[in-house]
Amino acid sequence: MKATPLSNCERRFLLRAIQEKKRLDGRQCYDYRNIRVSFGAERGCCIVELGRTRVLAQVSCELVSPKPNRPTEGVLFFNLELSPMAAPGLEPGRQSELLVSLNRLLERCLRDSKCIDTESLCVVAGEKVWQIRLDVHLLNHDGNITDAASIAGIVALCHFRRPDVSVQGEEVTVYTPEERDPVPLSIHHMPICVSFAFFHQGTYLLVDPTEREERVMDGFLVIAMNKHHEICTIQSSGVVMLVPDQILRCSKIAAVKVTEITEQIQKALENDQKARKEGGKFGFAESIPFQRITAFKMESAAVDTNDVEEQAKEIIAKADPPAEVFSKPVLLAAGTAQIGEGVENSWGDLEESEKEEAAEEEGESEAAAFECQKVETEDTMRETKNGKYCFSWYHILLYPFL
Amino acid sequence: MRRRAARRPRPWWGSGAARDLLLLPAQYDEDAEGDGCGSARAERRRGAAVRAGAAALRAGLLVTKCGLLRHRPAGGGAFWVDSQQKRYVPVKGDHVIGIVTAKAGDVFRLDVGGSEPASLSYLAFEGATKRNRPNVQVGDLIYGQFLVANKDMEPEMVCIDSSGKSSGMGIIGQDGFLFKVSLGLIRKLLAPKCEIIQELSQLYPFELVLGMNGRIWVKAKTVQQTLIIVNILEACEYMSAEQRKQALAKLSGNR
Repeated sequence: MKATPLSNCERRFLLRAIQEKKRLDGRQCYDYRNIRVSFGAERGCCIVELGRTRVLAQVSCELVSPKPNRPTEGVLFFNLELSPMAAPGLEPGRQSELLVSLNRLLERCLRDSKCIDTESLCVVAGEKVWQIRLDVHLLNHDGNITDAASIAGIVALCHFRRPDVSVQGEEVTVYTPEERDPVPLSIHHMPICVSFAFFHQGTYLLVDPTEREERVMDGFLVIAMNKHHEICTIQSSGVVMLVPDQILRCSKIAAVKVTEITEQIQKALENDQKARKEGGKFGFAESIPFQRITAFKMESAAVDTNDVEEQAKEIIAKADPPAEVFSKPVLLAAGTAQIGEGVENSWGDLEESEKEEAAEEEGESEAAAFECQKVETEDTMRETKNGKYCFSWYHILLYPFL
Repeated sequence: MRRRAARRPRPWWGSGAARDLLLLPAQYDEDAEGDGCGSARAERRRGAAVRAGAAALRAGLLVTKCGLLRHRPAGGGAFWVDSQQKRYVPVKGDHVIGIVTAKAGDVFRLDVGGSEPASLSYLAFEGATKRNRPNVQVGDLIYGQFLVANKDMEPEMVCIDSSGKSSGMGIIGQDGFLFKVSLGLIRKLLAPKCEIIQELSQLYPFELVLGMNGRIWVKAKTVQQTLIIVNILEACEYMSAEQRKQALAKLSGNR
């Protein structure tokens, strides 16, 4: 399916708003959207929300034989997927240009920065090493997939625990989580991507562009950095000429942003760890924010109550006088009492008509409901015959409670 | 006759005129049948999703979407199910906002948010002739009405009514901003005497076009004012009436 095109008026409005230093969601130029990190019930699974962009990351591991040229190093595998669920314009199973460039960027950010110690993933040199696989899925696309994916990736890797192994002679034993606690990956640092969008030939600069801002931008710059202010990757694309000053300014902004985001990630990881340790609630179901759709809500309507009294009087005047009711219990025989006067039984009549209906309407669900009522009626009748109860309308009303 | 009426069990929700009954798919909407409302009439009114898969069911309707059952006694009576969705399905007679994606010979292709683009003839504008073509560029916004909207067929739009007048339809100006909300919210905004619109109109003057396909075009005097309207309307989806009033009071105080 085709993506929704961007209309001319949106483009003009966005560019004008950027000139006036205003953004759609009321952010300042250098502000990030809200970042929310939530963890799944399993280890190594997390969802990162960057405003309305939402990314799911899952880490898994497997014992494989190492690459022949690196016999003592574990294997890292990264995979980013864009599905049409995220945006109608994205196609499944097709290696689009966007997907390839994002995958490459994620790989450069996480593998080439050597943030994961691959040597510690080795079990038997040249024979068995751990393969760590990171799958990142885009669940909703509202711009800046790069940053969301890089945050989700590094958080999932930090959160992941691999099974413990021991080697005795030739024998390799993999322990289940019950036998031995799984061990975390050894991660040296946390590289995080920060994206910049340039407008009007580089005159205006925005951090964390949304999907619509990405559509009208001229140039794009991604800086991956860790909290020690070490640049891991830098990539520029688009049709804008950047001056060195711009890049220096961007790297300074990135340094601030990365420090903030790293702090937030670490806090989220600590909270999750605490919840798991104390046996509290964790998992996605616990962290879903509560939002109520109000579009269908009806307002409470005002009712005119001025003439209610007259109306009520009128109804009372018109109504039939209430039938006389004996509320005294009458003791008929030992163990049998009667409360009130029994009215004429209408069940038999109903039963008869019901049979007619059952004959003409087959397989209707109402018939089943009647079946139930019939049984009840028969019960009541039988009890009456036995002389245990006197059949009265009280019984019909109270039947479910007796 | 009386006996027949007595025999039929009353539906558990009663049969009052004002009911907001929550329906789930495949639920048997017996009451709609009981009121003598033909399937064609009840079908698809104002985003209705009570679809008569009921030919097989002899009489009555089968609900295929979950939502609230709504009823309007006026005008012969109509039933519909108000449901929450974002994907638009073209309906004949609906007024929508389309984006021109291509100019193909004598028709324009418009993206309306449906599964297929709609077509719009260049003659379907007020006062348009073969000589006098409307000035439409790719990327322009057009407010029009569906003339043909059938299943498995390309929908066709027009920007004139049956008497050849534009009656508000046509090309939308170059300024202003377009954004999207859910279809449920659009129906609420388009309802007569909608409170949200009335409250907003007291803030400051602005222009507003609501398309049944969930698209809203807004234009106010400044960028800031336009952005405020956009954000309020987007937030209305999840705001209660009190929250909205508070937000608006804050805005009118700041202004």
